[in-house]
Amino acid sequence: MSMMKSFLGAAAALAITATGALAEPALVFDLGGKFDRSFNEAAFNGAEMWAEETGESYREIELQNDAQREQALRRLAEAGSNPIVMAGFAFGSTLDVIAPEYPDTSFVIIDAVVDQPNVQSIIFQEHEGSYLVGMLAAMASESGTVGFVGGMDIPLISRFACGYAQGAVAANPDATVLANMTGTTPAAWNDPVRGGELARGQIERGADVIYAAAGGTGIGVLQAAADAGVFGIGVDSNQNYLHPGSMLTSMLKRVDVAVYNAFTAGEEIEPGLVVLGLEEEGVGYALDEYNEELITEEMMAAVDEARAAIIAGDIEVHNFSDDGTCPVQMQ
Amino acid sequence: MDKMPKWADVILIPLISVILALLVSGLVVIFIGESPIEAMQIMIRGAFGNAYGWGYTLFYTTNFIFTGLAVAVAFHAKMFNIGGEGQAALGGLGVAIICLTIPWPHWSVALLAAVIGSAVFGAAWAAIPAYLQAKRGSHIVITTIMFNFIASALLVYLLVNVFRVPGSMAPETARFPEAVHLPNASQFAGFLGFRPSTPLNVSFFVAILACVFVWLLIWRTRLGYEIRAFGHSETAAVYAGIHPVKIVMVSMLISGGLAGMMAINGVMGEAERLVIDNVQGAGFVGIAVALMGRSHPVGVFLAALLFGALYQGGAELEFEMPAVSREMIVVIQALVILFTGALDNMVRMPMEAFFLARHRRQEAAAAAAAPNPKPDAAHTGAPAAQREE
Repeated sequence: MSMMKSFLGAAAALAITATGALAEPALVFDLGGKFDRSFNEAAFNGAEMWAEETGESYREIELQNDAQREQALRRLAEAGSNPIVMAGFAFGSTLDVIAPEYPDTSFVIIDAVVDQPNVQSIIFQEHEGSYLVGMLAAMASESGTVGFVGGMDIPLISRFACGYAQGAVAANPDATVLANMTGTTPAAWNDPVRGGELARGQIERGADVIYAAAGGTGIGVLQAAADAGVFGIGVDSNQNYLHPGSMLTSMLKRVDVAVYNAFTAGEEIEPGLVVLGLEEEGVGYALDEYNEELITEEMMAAVDEARAAIIAGDIEVHNFSDDGTCPVQMQ
Repeated sequence: MDKMPKWADVILIPLISVILALLVSGLVVIFIGESPIEAMQIMIRGAFGNAYGWGYTLFYTTNFIFTGLAVAVAFHAKMFNIGGEGQAALGGLGVAIICLTIPWPHWSVALLAAVIGSAVFGAAWAAIPAYLQAKRGSHIVITTIMFNFIASALLVYLLVNVFRVPGSMAPETARFPEAVHLPNASQFAGFLGFRPSTPLNVSFFVAILACVFVWLLIWRTRLGYEIRAFGHSETAAVYAGIHPVKIVMVSMLISGGLAGMMAINGVMGEAERLVIDNVQGAGFVGIAVALMGRSHPVGVFLAALLFGALYQGGAELEFEMPAVSREMIVVIQALVILFTGALDNMVRMPMEAFFLARHRRQEAAAAAAAPNPKPDAAHTGAPAAQREE
């Protein structure tokens, strides 16, 4: 009897705490896993930054497979989380159905556009940031061949590749750009072994700078580059610390800022489309103590000039997603 | 002589196995610094505490009933079909093709067609390993598990290159039209508090019908008798005029069809589109469900309910206790599978010994009470009974 009492007491206490917690924001990670050191981890860092600053807490879910997206979003909405931020384009079709079910909850989706009255869609101008690291790659390359390893073969990643190739050719018109994709399913975001193989293949073909835009797969790419003594370029998060001395730079995609802003705006977040490019500092390249010796004054000056020119509109970086083609040939 | 009463075989042994598994899981939870009692409460409340939890628990249960029955039917013919994963994935393909290509007037007609389509696709996927087993003697365990990989690769290819919606980046089919939307629990059981977002749908009743069908098939038809006879002893079955090729083929086709039918729940009932990995491991859980349910439809139903609760409760646990990561949930589920499936004999043998000893004591007591006692009976009976094992 007393055990029953204490059980009921505990249940009641839990029920009180459950209703007492008002509208925590929530974050859903995509399949690469929370600690992919890249895309998802950037989202995590943004949420942590917010939590540290405000001292408040948030909820999070790590997906285990594609079929769980509905349940994850519904669970958070049922629990009263608001806003619910999801990192990844793959949530698009799910959110399109879930958002109308919970009209009083605000949703934020990164990397996809969902046209619903309670959804904010955030997309990044990855081609602009990739253009800058492409320039750095071509300038640092001695062989004139630079490589690109993408994650899943989708227009979003081709946008990275195409911007990178355009930057490389802008800095060195004779540059050759090698490009490979890891796979065609979301599993390609978390396949470092295959990433490493692709990187080694590109190194054998003469690439001496390799840019990985592949989430968790990039870990294998950057490791292979470091092992072979060539330069690697990280993506999304600042990954320079992974292999100091062999990481040329990282293409920053400020997913962390996007999550931080969404959490800060809270329930009142504006629905609609938000585009973050160089001008908004949504994308860029990383410069810190790990790579400052690798980036010469000359390189920095050239890239900063290009950056200003892109913002001013003097250089137009072609966006692959506009027409599905790239002006620069990749091999 | 039965070594122990039926209730002990069906209820007591699985129950002890589950309790052992939960105790070990509790240790794991203690090691990561959380309270196992609280974790248990969260899991139970998450699975059965409200309509939301029930909806997901019964949704998963539906999946596991289909795959569990699939494994059970093959078990009766002494075949180990571990290809449920691939057969269910192909069943999903069948459902997607049926829902997307034909403009159905009403969901009930579409459901009927989807049941047939998913069963045909699942059965077709099981037919090749079955044929290889029946005619060539290629071991069914090896071929069915290899067919899981082929199914997965085939589905990826089709979703990426054939069914992907133009302009979309995600490898998934278009949404099924509104007309094939299956009524969910909020429509037929809204009075129980189910919300429109619940995944539980009419497929649950199809699963229960499938249980009845399997019971009738195995215990009330000539074919079922043949399957069981073949499973007990192939040579005796052949001697009795049972055709082994036919039994292997038919039982595997039924098994594959049942696994394929799982797709009407997940693909047609919940997601309403075909995504990669739509089976979510249910094909493998089906093995544990069939083992635990002793290949009987009622046992399969109960075991499926347990695993459904574990899946849903596990999702809640991960959600409520941030220290418990998604890998921990897999560990807990794996422990239950380990104890109920692989370590079954660990509980079974002591229990058998216990019931045997009790049985003998009763016999001895009865013999002592009888007018003409035979004191040696109990004594000589013991080694003989043990040799039986």
